[in-house]
Amino acid sequence: MVETRAPERATNRGPGRLLIAVYILFAIAATSRAGLQIATRFGEAPVAYLLSAVAALIYIVAAVGLARSGHAGRRTALVCCSVELVGVVAVGILSLVDKELFPDETVWSQFGSGYGYIPLVLPILGLAWLWRTRSHS
Amino acid sequence: MTSAAAAGSPVDGILATAGIVLSLVLAVWALVATLRHRAPDRVQFAGLAVLELLLLALAVVALVAVGGGERPGEPGAFFGYLVTLVCLPPLAWVLARMEPTRWGSAIVCAVCLVTPVVVVRLQQTWEVVGG
Repeated sequence: MVETRAPERATNRGPGRLLIAVYILFAIAATSRAGLQIATRFGEAPVAYLLSAVAALIYIVAAVGLARSGHAGRRTALVCCSVELVGVVAVGILSLVDKELFPDETVWSQFGSGYGYIPLVLPILGLAWLWRTRSHS
Repeated sequence: MTSAAAAGSPVDGILATAGIVLSLVLAVWALVATLRHRAPDRVQFAGLAVLELLLLALAVVALVAVGGGERPGEPGAFFGYLVTLVCLPPLAWVLARMEPTRWGSAIVCAVCLVTPVVVVRLQQTWEVVGG
């Protein structure tokens, strides 16, 4: 007996909506931080400020992906959450090993300790949510 | 006249304190609703409305102070936080309206936990760094 393929659940309902809300908050936080840093003192720490901008972009795209749901939305969110997880872990380690590289704080420095470690937990929750709502084949 | 300089921060008064307290009370209320599997109720929406009024009043006080010649320590960050701050309760309101389940209450809780942090950061960016 062939099992019928259960459809994917929407990623933008229930807990997903809370996740989107938190992503929006981080998109705002990272965007304003990056915008301000790049506009006022880009020369001081270009690597850190460009990283802030990349993080901001990822938060925005992840929020849009989760909110749009569907195949394309899920794939977008999957890529964003993965990049985000790798990014926050890599930058976390680098910022501890080589303080010169990030002379100014970014959203991901010290694993996001300046933001209550939420930047570290958020991609894990995002991936877990995508896993929970996947289609069962 | 030294009175203007001695007046202190315009964002460090009763309005900011009331906003922080109301926001935290609302966060606890919304958390209880989440744990009891309750959708956002009238208390949460009314609380968000009052919170928004407090924050708008705070913004007006800050802008009047700036209009009167006072300057925040970090103007760019200060106005960034100010704009963000007054957008937070409407954001929670809209998302909570879209989600009439326990997760709507969870959204209200999350935003109400972020709001006090933004108020405190707003106060910090008014103070002149190293001044």
